[in-house]
Parts: sequence; structure tokens; C-alpha cells
Amino acid sequence: MLEVRARRSFGAFSLDVDFAAEAGRLIALFGRSGAGKTLLVNMLAGLVRPSAGRIAVGGHVLFDSAAGIDLPPERRRLGYVFQEGRLFPHFSVRGNLAYGMRRRDAAARREFDHIVALLGIEALLERRPRDLSGGEKQRVAIGRALLAAPRLILMDEPLAALDAARKAEILPYIERLRDELAIPTVYVSHAMEEIVRLADTVVLISNGRVSAVGPLEEVMSRLDLRPLTGRYEAGAVLATTVESHDDADGLSALRFPGGRLLVPRVELPPGARLRVRIRARDVSIALAPPKNVSILNIFKGTILETGEDSGGAQVDLLLDIGAPLWARVTARSFRELALTPGAPVYALIKAVAIDRHSLGRAGQPRFRDDSDGSAI
Amino acid sequence: MLALTPLEIEALALSLRVAFWCVVVSLPFGVALAWLLARRDFIGKHLVNGLIHVPLVIPPVAVGYILLLLFGRRGPLGGFLAHAFGITIAFTWKGAVIASAVMGFPLLVRAIRLSLEAVDRRLEAAARTLGAGPLRVFLTVTLPLTLPGLLTGALLAFARSLGEFGATITFVSSIPGETRTLPLALYALSQTPDGEAGALRLVILSFLLAMAAIVASEFLARRVQDRLGA
Repeated sequence: MLEVRARRSFGAFSLDVDFAAEAGRLIALFGRSGAGKTLLVNMLAGLVRPSAGRIAVGGHVLFDSAAGIDLPPERRRLGYVFQEGRLFPHFSVRGNLAYGMRRRDAAARREFDHIVALLGIEALLERRPRDLSGGEKQRVAIGRALLAAPRLILMDEPLAALDAARKAEILPYIERLRDELAIPTVYVSHAMEEIVRLADTVVLISNGRVSAVGPLEEVMSRLDLRPLTGRYEAGAVLATTVESHDDADGLSALRFPGGRLLVPRVELPPGARLRVRIRARDVSIALAPPKNVSILNIFKGTILETGEDSGGAQVDLLLDIGAPLWARVTARSFRELALTPGAPVYALIKAVAIDRHSLGRAGQPRFRDDSDGSAI
Repeated sequence: MLALTPLEIEALALSLRVAFWCVVVSLPFGVALAWLLARRDFIGKHLVNGLIHVPLVIPPVAVGYILLLLFGRRGPLGGFLAHAFGITIAFTWKGAVIASAVMGFPLLVRAIRLSLEAVDRRLEAAARTLGAGPLRVFLTVTLPLTLPGLLTGALLAFARSLGEFGATITFVSSIPGETRTLPLALYALSQTPDGEAGALRLVILSFLLAMAAIVASEFLARRVQDRLGA
């Protein structure tokens, strides 16, 4: 359990947060640049002191202004993976990894070997940080934080400084940490695709305040949070399980409460759980079941809510197709189709619009098969 | 012709001994003060900074004279040291060490301070999150990363000591075998009839010594830089 209550002002900016989240899984702090995410993480780590509040991880109180408790960073036992890696330039990779290790016995050596293998950095041990690529540096930084045997891992946009190829290189490792080591993680990001892929719980931060806390699917389907989750990126997250594969056509069928969703072939066995993010702009609306169209995914549903767009040219619709789904249509279509809440519609989703950036494996066997829009 | 005379060897050995101890003695103080100036805000910081730099701007003879007043047999510090520990500073090689340490101190502190200020403090924060307390962070992260500045500062103090003249001659005089370092011996020879040849030899010797120190420090600095991965 991660409990955070913290306040602090810096000139015109003020941070004032109060939330609790189950720390048994990956918690994402999501928000735009400048929302106060890094500041909050630094407060957790003890690098910045809140002017008032209380911070506890798994029952251990790290900070409590009322009780006069303020553990220094070295006694908080939180592993911190920084955006820029921050490897020690004067140590080898091995020296960096060993820096935070508390013990040097046989068990510690096994732990070292295990994590080195998990991160695939065996070949780098004797190198200097300057001889590593950006992705390798981040893997070493993750290993260094893990080997300090932390209660919680903090990752502050660990992929932000990397190009797309390096990001794709690291993401599977972070997934493996989440799934194999089961160390609670707080993951800071402003990139939706990372959040969808990794997070179980989302803490939405905006302007120094917590706007929402909850399971990923729930937070992402809330229309009122759309300005915060991002306009272009807006979309719903569906919790699905892999049903079958059609190798001839290169498609996979995913089962979710609204039916079967066909997507380009995913490399997961049937039964595997998979989260799919469907952007609002990839969903079209029809009043009657369309015929002779290329779109494979057609779901019958009803409009729950309509959201005005400030520009007036587009309208976002929240649909219930057995699960919450967003659609974005032009204001003209909205008018001409006379779309109103309660109206029955057909939602059309292009299979090819769902690429691998929209897919994420759920970390814990915690899956909401009853996504009935109760979050709204 | 190439062999050194006993007098030259004496002056050279004394110079090296004084310069060596000058660096050893002033380094801890230099690191402490540089750290204070680089990392802490305190009342009188500007005054301390100014005082350290005084030897750069006032005549070395004045520094020597002040030291004589302080460390002389009847001076406050000299009297205390003589009574408490039986140590005499004035007119001994120890006094020569102090004189050159004071003269080289501004250079030493400045080099270390600049290097400390260049240390990426985010690395220190990272070390803290890995369980290292402030002292361990200083010893394993801050100090190693300051090494280039430490080396530069030490070399400057060493070189300054080799060349120190005014403060030394005023404070500890020019006693052969005790305080007559290379520059003092050179000065003595230049004041002696028929001393020109001997003086020239000492000039060449000083030059070679300085060159050796610079080459050695360049070599060291490069190796350190390499180790730091910069």
C-alpha cells in the first residue's frame, strides 16, 4: 500500500496531493510535463521535503510532518531509476550494480547473477558507462536500483530520453520485472503507450493535484478526464483475453465483454490476458449495421454520453458496447445522424488501427471482466 | 659538469621536501574550505573567500612578516606551539612549509572548488537513494569526481612552493640546509662574486624540475580523466 499526502509550494506552482494505491502492482503517475510528477517522486525518495504531509510504503512511514519523521533517502529503501540513468562514470557497470548492495554473501551473488541475466547485461559488466548505449545505460540503472533490495521501485520517465527503437528494447524488460520479480513499482510517464502497456493502477496528476486514481481501464474511460488524458491520444482501454488465432489471415481474435475483437496477429497463447487501447479517432459510428465494408469489428451499443469539443468541429461519444468505448466524430456527422445519449448505434473499429503500441499485457491476475461502465 | 654539487643536492632535496609537505599539509584544509565555499552558505562566506585570496594580492614579504609575527617565539601561535609541544616553526624548514602553504593556498582552494562545483549533484542524490549516507557519498562519489581538480590544485601548490621566495626569506630566512631552498640558494649565489655559473646551473635545475612536475601531472590528469570516463 502506497499512501501519499504531501504539500509544497514553489513560487507560483504548488503541489498538493493525497492518494492511496495498492502497491502490489505497477502504479503509473500519469500527467503532462510540468504537472509535478517528478517532484512527487522526489518527495517519495526523500530528495525533496514536503512542507507538510505523510508518506508511507507498505506500512513503513517515510515521512510524517506531524510526527516529525523524515527519513533520509538512504534509509527509505526505495530504488530510483532516473530519466537520465545517472550511472557513476568512475565505476564499471559491475561497480555501479554493486553500489547499493547491502550484502556480499553467496545469496547476494546469486541475486546479482539473476538480475544481471534478467536484464541481459552479462556482457557489459566490465564496461564503463560511457561505452554503453542509451538503452544499455537504462538497463544497468534499473539493475542498480533493484540490487539495492528496495521496498518499492520508482521509475521517472526511464524511457523519455530514448528513441523509439531503444524504448521498444527496454519495455519488455520492465514487463519482466513487473511479472517475475513482483516488486511494487511507481512508474512516471506522460506517454500513453507506456502506461497502457505497463500500468495496472493510474494516478492522474494535473497541475500539482491528483485528478483521478483507479484501475487503468476505469480512468481511461472517463469522459470528464479527457482533457487530462490527452485529446489526440484519447481512447478507451479494453480488457480482453486472447481467444484464437487465424494464421492464414494473420489475425487474432480477442474476447471481451462486448464480443470478439479482431486485431493483427499477436504473439500470445490463447487464454493470455491483453489490454487493448482503442483511440476514439479510430472508431466510426453507423446507425444501421453496415454492409460491404472492409471493417472487421462492428459492435452494437448505445451512446452513454456526448462531449462537446471546444473547437466545435468534433464530438466525442462514450459508447456502451458491453464495455466502455469512445468514438470521435465530426460535428457534422453528429448533427446529421442526430446522435443523442441513449441512441442505439453501431461502432466500427478498423483492425489495422490497433498496432502493437496499443497493446499491453496486464501485470497481475487482476482483471475486470465486469467492465460495465460503473466508473462513469 | 652534469653531476650536482653537494650544495645543489641539498637545496634540491630541501625544495622537494618543503613542496611535498606543503601539499600534504594544505590539501585537507583546502578540500574542507573548497567544500564549504562550494556547497554551503554561511555568514561571512565572502570574508573567508577574500581572506584566502589575500596572499595572491599582497606582497609575499608582507605575508612572511605576518607569519613571523604569528609564529615567532613571542608570537601568539609560535609561543603556544613552543610551550605546548616544544615545536619551533620560525627559522626552520617547517616554517618554509607553512610559508609556501599559505602562498599556494588560494590556488589550491580555487582549483578544488571549481572541480567540486562541476560535480553532478544528481549523481550524489542517486547514491543516497542507493543507501549511501552523506560521508560514503562524499568518499565514493564526490571526491573521486573531484580528483582532476585535486590534482590540479596539488600541482599548483607544489609548483608555487618550489618557486616561493619572498614569504620564505622573510619568515624563516635563508639558512643553508634548513630553509635555503632552490630559489633562495639561487638568490644567494647571484649576490656572491663569481656565483654566476652556479646561479645559471640552479636556473636550469629549477626549469627541469618545473617541466618534470608539469609532465607528470599531465600524465596523471589524463589517466584520471580516463578513469572518470569523461
